[in-house]
Amino acid sequence: MIADISTIIASLLILAGSAFAAVAALGILRLPDIYTRMHAASKAGSVGSAMLLIALAITADETPVVLRALAAVAFFLLTAPISAHLLAKASYSVGYRMWEGSVLDEMPPVDPTLGVAKAPPPQGPVTSVGESQ
Amino acid sequence: MSLHEFARWSLDISLSVALVLLSAAFLITVTRIVMGPTLPDRVLGLDMLTSVAIGFIAVIGIDTGFTLYIDIAIALGLVGFLATVALARFIMARGKTEEERVEQLQAAANAARAGEKT
Repeated sequence: MIADISTIIASLLILAGSAFAAVAALGILRLPDIYTRMHAASKAGSVGSAMLLIALAITADETPVVLRALAAVAFFLLTAPISAHLLAKASYSVGYRMWEGSVLDEMPPVDPTLGVAKAPPPQGPVTSVGESQ
Repeated sequence: MSLHEFARWSLDISLSVALVLLSAAFLITVTRIVMGPTLPDRVLGLDMLTSVAIGFIAVIGIDTGFTLYIDIAIALGLVGFLATVALARFIMARGKTEEERVEQLQAAANAARAGEKT
């Protein structure tokens, strides 16, 4: 009884997790620039694989396997945001441009070798969306 | 259909669907890595590829009972994280986008052409 219900919960988690992974891959293919693609991959992708690992932890019989799956989930949720943030910071400071349709860019351009801002952020209709209200 | 049969049936169906969806995710991510206009796109695709591979290992572990592969999944996550960090450092150390390099090469070519004419 309990085993059957946990199997059903695990199958729902498998479906949801693989759907999240597929949506993340679709976002990587379809979104316009590196920053929006990163938003799809690092959030939906890590949630997808974490859900699949939790489903494995639910269906596994032995305790070490359950603990290892949960440890993998914890490790993955710790490292995925760090790597995504580092990649976004690196590509922004080097100068990869955002998509033309982006509405807000709050960071000033940064010299990649010195790590200091070159100039104050340009004032205009693009950057003043949040301030003019 | 009893609850036990329904649980078995739903697990079988969802495992098949998950394998199909994860294969599609793999293919789409590889497409982006091949297409990817810039280097950060390719690095992001590799990061996504490792996370899809971890999900694949979990699904295979549920399907076949070979839970030994979870250790490989943990190691793969570590290697993927370190690879992404190293490639991000490389992007920062290189300090140029692809567009800037193309502009530099074009400027050098134009200068060489102007030198030939005079």
